[in-house]
Amino acid sequence: MSLSEAIAVERWTPASRTAVGVVVLLAIALAFGPSFLGAGATDRLTALFIYIILAAMWNALAGFGGLVSVGQQAFFGLGAYFAIRLADAGLDPFVSLAVAAVLVGVVALPLSFLMLRLGGGEFAIGMWVVAELAHLLVNLDTLVRGETGTSLISLNVYDTVTRRNTIYWLALGAMLALLGVLFVLLRSRTGAAIQAIRDNESAAASVGVHVLGTKRGLFVLAALGAGMAGALWLATSVTFQPKSFFSVQWTAYMIFMVLVGGIGTFEGAIIGAVIFFLVETWFGSAGVWYLVGLGAAAVLFSLLLPKGLWGAVESRWSLRLLPVGYRLKLPSLKAGE
Amino acid sequence: MIDALIQGVLLGGYYALIAAGLSFMFSVMKVINLAHGSLAVFAAFMLFTLGDRFGLSPFLGLLIVLPLMAVVGWLLQKLMLERANRAGTLVPILATFGLSIVIDNLLFQQFGANTRSLAPYIGSLSYDSWQITDEISVGKVAVLTFVTAVVVLGLLQLFLSFTPLGRAVRATAEDGDTAGLVGIDARKINAVATAIAIVTVGLAGAALGLRATFDAYAGGAQLLFAFEAAVIGGAGSVWGTLFGGIALALGQSLGAQIAPQGFLIGGHVVFFVVLFARLFLPGSTFRARLAAALRRPAA
Repeated sequence: MSLSEAIAVERWTPASRTAVGVVVLLAIALAFGPSFLGAGATDRLTALFIYIILAAMWNALAGFGGLVSVGQQAFFGLGAYFAIRLADAGLDPFVSLAVAAVLVGVVALPLSFLMLRLGGGEFAIGMWVVAELAHLLVNLDTLVRGETGTSLISLNVYDTVTRRNTIYWLALGAMLALLGVLFVLLRSRTGAAIQAIRDNESAAASVGVHVLGTKRGLFVLAALGAGMAGALWLATSVTFQPKSFFSVQWTAYMIFMVLVGGIGTFEGAIIGAVIFFLVETWFGSAGVWYLVGLGAAAVLFSLLLPKGLWGAVESRWSLRLLPVGYRLKLPSLKAGE
Repeated sequence: MIDALIQGVLLGGYYALIAAGLSFMFSVMKVINLAHGSLAVFAAFMLFTLGDRFGLSPFLGLLIVLPLMAVVGWLLQKLMLERANRAGTLVPILATFGLSIVIDNLLFQQFGANTRSLAPYIGSLSYDSWQITDEISVGKVAVLTFVTAVVVLGLLQLFLSFTPLGRAVRATAEDGDTAGLVGIDARKINAVATAIAIVTVGLAGAALGLRATFDAYAGGAQLLFAFEAAVIGGAGSVWGTLFGGIALALGQSLGAQIAPQGFLIGGHVVFFVVLFARLFLPGSTFRARLAAALRRPAA
């Protein structure tokens, strides 16, 4: 038997099959959440789902596409703004949320032609300029009334319980859909291209990967996801104040979640979001020191543990729960062979 | 109209001054420091503290703050950028962004939400002006800032072109390992270069505090101004930075003429027009040749 016949490509492991099973069961259990959770817990879980969307989408862009953006709040804010506009035009507020996210994706497409020309750091800050400009332009809309802001008033036609539960299900559904799309995408042929770009852009191009087109796809997906998160956040907080939605703090949160969890790993972003959620729950009241801590954690993780907690776990125990890559299983070589 | 143009050009001096360090670090060390604006605001707060506590004029305060900024730059390179650069191109962006969040919030913790200015500590200079014609006068602080920007940019150019250290900096930027072969200590050179860049950030912080007000979270906006000026001017070229700062400021003045909220929008629009133009102006042609010509040492 020649060596090449003995090499197998491994895409699933027993551990990862179990993990996917657990994820499916967990998703089903979460779908029944509102029937056994209190109002407060339902709201908190909705926030967690939104954090997971933000982390997964920023990770898709930075961790897999190699595009670090500090301006994703542009899409977060635009998602909320479009939802306000659509609801004001008479569309059902819940439908508006989803349509707004799609619109953000549509806006991101032409923008990508301009922004993807920029390299590393230029792209990062350039996106921040995009966010600032989007913020200023939204402020010009008389409906928004400048920094005073406005509300998603039409949500009031639904009673509190319907509202809370519907937003919960929308957030859960959006999270599962976006994670699902990302998981399938990363396991597909495109996913191999994406991970090749992540590891070495020039090498990927040299073996025929369409680098720019693949990056464009990730850029639009990440924008759409951030827009969805913004629209959902608007639904939970009801009021739209441009300043808070277009704040660079959102990007700081995304970076914290992804760096701590593990940049460039599918599981890492989700774990990072859960950690951020817990940190916020326990220390959020510490105000400024809490933010100092988030920034410091981002610095320390990027310098000392660049693959994050999950990356460390992965390499320590060779564990893969939601594998998106390919691994070669080599037969153990015996002496004399 | 003439007045608006002159004021715009002078304001451009401030943008060029704050862009100088960013552009220098980007072109020489290939690092974009996202804490750039926050460090400028930090310097402004240090000068404010010296004025507030000890009644020290900001000009004398610079004698303390500029060496402090040099130390900050040295430490920034030694403790953060050196390690970050080794880890890949994305890590410095993430690490310096984290640093900016730490600086902003520590400043907020220390100084609160109040806006500050250095104007109270320079007496009548803050509103003194030179009368050019009956309608046009220029503020002394604005002229001082503009002159400082030209001097800083000119010194950086001379430093890179004519001093042994400047040549070592350029050699390290070109190829650190090969520079090492001829006896250049790349790590030391990079630390010196960062220290120099951060000293210019200290000057920009002083200019910020003298011409306007600032608060703990003003760093982000300053970073964007610096970045826009550097990109408009063509990152990497010293005099391009001055041109970029002026173009940014003129865009803002023009925007403000159209609508009151148009000031910042006008600047951003200039930035995006330049980006759009770059789509049709590949780096290999005119712009690159221009940049190369500007950078080429006279010798």
